[in-house]
Amino acid sequence: MATSAPPIDAVHAGHGHELSFIRKYIFSTDHKIIGVQFLLLSLVGLFLGGMMAMAIRWQLGFPEGSMPLGGIFPETMVSGGVMLPEFYNSLVTMHGTFMVFFAVMPLLVGVFGNYLIPLKIGAEDMAFPRINMWSFWVAVIGTVIMMAGFWVEGGHSQAGWTQYAPLSADPQWTGVATGQQLWLLSIAVLGLSSILGATNYITTVVNLRAPGMTWFRLPLSIWSLFITAILVVLAIPILSGAAIMLFFDQTIGTSFFNATAGGQPILWQHLFWYFGHPEVYILILPAMGMVSEVIANGSRKPIFGYHSMVYAIIAIAFLGWIVWGHHMFQSGMNPTLGMTFMISTMFIAVPSAIKVFNWMGTMWRGNLTLHVPMLNAIAFVAMFVIGGLSGVYMASTPVDIYIHDTYFIVAHIHYVLFGGSLFALFAAITFWYPKMFGRMMSEAWGRVHFALTFVFFNLTFWPMHYLGLQGHMRRIYDPSQYEFLQHLSGTNRFVTISAFLLMVSQVIFAANFILSWFYGKKASENPWNDNGLEWSTPSPPPHGNWPDVPTVYRGPYEFSSPEVEEDFLPQHQKLPGDLEPEAAGRGS
Amino acid sequence: MNWLLPPGNSTFAGDIDFIYYVILVITGIAFVIVEFGLLWFVIRYRRRPGRKAYYTHGSMKAEVIWTAIPAVTVVVIGVMSGGVWNQVKGRNAAPADAMVFGLTAKQFEWNATYTGADGRLGTADDFVVRNQLHVPVDQPVLIKLATEDVIHSFFVPNLRVKQDALPGKTIDVWFEATEPGEFEIACAELCGLGHYRMRAFVTVHTADDFARWMAEQTAAAAAGE
Ligand SMILES: [Cu+2]
Ligand SMILES: [Cu+2]
Repeated sequence: MATSAPPIDAVHAGHGHELSFIRKYIFSTDHKIIGVQFLLLSLVGLFLGGMMAMAIRWQLGFPEGSMPLGGIFPETMVSGGVMLPEFYNSLVTMHGTFMVFFAVMPLLVGVFGNYLIPLKIGAEDMAFPRINMWSFWVAVIGTVIMMAGFWVEGGHSQAGWTQYAPLSADPQWTGVATGQQLWLLSIAVLGLSSILGATNYITTVVNLRAPGMTWFRLPLSIWSLFITAILVVLAIPILSGAAIMLFFDQTIGTSFFNATAGGQPILWQHLFWYFGHPEVYILILPAMGMVSEVIANGSRKPIFGYHSMVYAIIAIAFLGWIVWGHHMFQSGMNPTLGMTFMISTMFIAVPSAIKVFNWMGTMWRGNLTLHVPMLNAIAFVAMFVIGGLSGVYMASTPVDIYIHDTYFIVAHIHYVLFGGSLFALFAAITFWYPKMFGRMMSEAWGRVHFALTFVFFNLTFWPMHYLGLQGHMRRIYDPSQYEFLQHLSGTNRFVTISAFLLMVSQVIFAANFILSWFYGKKASENPWNDNGLEWSTPSPPPHGNWPDVPTVYRGPYEFSSPEVEEDFLPQHQKLPGDLEPEAAGRGS
Repeated sequence: MNWLLPPGNSTFAGDIDFIYYVILVITGIAFVIVEFGLLWFVIRYRRRPGRKAYYTHGSMKAEVIWTAIPAVTVVVIGVMSGGVWNQVKGRNAAPADAMVFGLTAKQFEWNATYTGADGRLGTADDFVVRNQLHVPVDQPVLIKLATEDVIHSFFVPNLRVKQDALPGKTIDVWFEATEPGEFEIACAELCGLGHYRMRAFVTVHTADDFARWMAEQTAAAAAGE
């Protein structure tokens, strides 16, 4: 068969001798094991980030109250049952850091990039399996360094996940030295992990597609992960470089960002957001791709406007590089630049709208199967739209004067990252769980989890729009200090209680995830009647994925095709009229 | 819980708020179309045994429509916003007859500098009042915003004013209050331990009142030296 040489490791490991436990499950080079390792690590990150949010919400809802479990923290964090402002600032910093770098990003890119790319393009493994293994273990090292910050003298960084200089550049402003340095070191190390992973993804998608898997037969999840990997390779080095510069400001007395010695504090913001806005798309594009798979499957219909969807992904990724200034409208940047960045930012609404309407077009006249992944995918669309629309308010420079750095932006980012990315992840995890673990998750408990999460998510984050419109600043330890925020204490308490219930609802997901692993119904090869190549091999797939790499005859979304009786038509299924791909195989 | 903005007491507050309400209406319409559309599809196209979904790969016409409409809409919002932005924060936005004040932030307070009798900053008769910015009503005011340490953000919700103070730079901020009263100043950019209590006041006086206050303070400052 016309297939290029599979990776050496995969051949060795896949078909030969038995591997030791350590080589098979710990230092594994199998992309599926690495995907699951990333999954477990980043679910822990997600849990920690969530618990930090609970502590933050407690402080905002009950500023005078004695904190539950406050006693387990040392006096330097919680004193006499009351959280200290410096610990609050650390929590705000680390909640953002964990959710972005240790939860959502690895969940989307680390987990599903690893798991799906080879399985969906028909490769036996990644192009560089050993580099892939390193990408995981380097991420573990990064996580350990970041966690260590909580135990060092002076506590963890208090400069916000955005690390604005000079607050972050000189220990005299926050009293944090070591924690701050560990933060920067961890981010640089984590950056290496991301770059290793992304290089692998790009190489794999370009070189290892199965015969017949042309670019326009690629599933949208792979398109989005591929484009995301390009963003990672281009954006992450900027962050790593900036973090190293800031580290030098902290440790060896350079002054890149320190105005007193001639540095430019605003340079940090430019560097950070030049990484940071593409990062926003790193955190949403894979979600969009995976939601597309689930919506086509649940609607039993081809994706509406597949080509527009691909071009929209590319357009979003491109626009992502010329909008970073919208985070800096009030920063003192030249106001003329404000105009430029406003217009480029507004235009992101266009590809985003194309995607939303195409998802709706896919559901239109479908035969909607509302399985748990589909419910979460629909919620993704419904919530992402709110996050997208609230973005228009901040893109408008004059309106941004008022709502910048208020709870309006907190509402916005959570509608995009929780309502968007996290609902997409619930869809993706429940959809591919049977493939990963060979067992089905409970459908009934999945529904309960979905319903509670959907309700409490909205009860938590919708009122934050109101808080922001009333002028409530973000990142403040005690809103009761201000006269004009007095009337918001009831809303703050309401949000806090909703957030607690939202967190408690996740216990159902955790229990369903863990218990199904042992007691779930055995999964068949293709439990969702899907078309992707990953469903043409046993659940879970063996090392090497297929005895022989499959051949692809059509695009991934041939649901309800008139050519066959069933309402799905897998990519590898050969119909009488189908031609073999040319000898060259994987052409364009 | 509502989507209205609290009262704005500066000359440009109305313009900013107007754009906000335009966006509110536009996004409100988009919100209703998408959310109710989704809900309608979920009900209308629920799985029924024996039925097959309509097999289609899309429609060029539909793609053009839903590309063009958002594109035109955002250009309209952009152009409207641009005008107001220039008026509030443009390079030479501050009116020429504006009265000048200094405001210097530091962890965690705002120090307002007054020009004294000569009407100019940086002269010997300047005086500083901590956390109190007193200005006259119906008179454009130009604030020379600076910071001694980290980035802070000068935020007066009622005046629709927000501007970061950047170390090493002095930034011009202007406004014209339309009503006398006392309004809170907040710090909107995380600046350390006391960020949450970096509170001060803008006191807007009637013209007579302001003259009286200024005379008192100038005399007191002179006596103090
Ligand atoms: Cu951005
Ligand atoms: Cu401040």
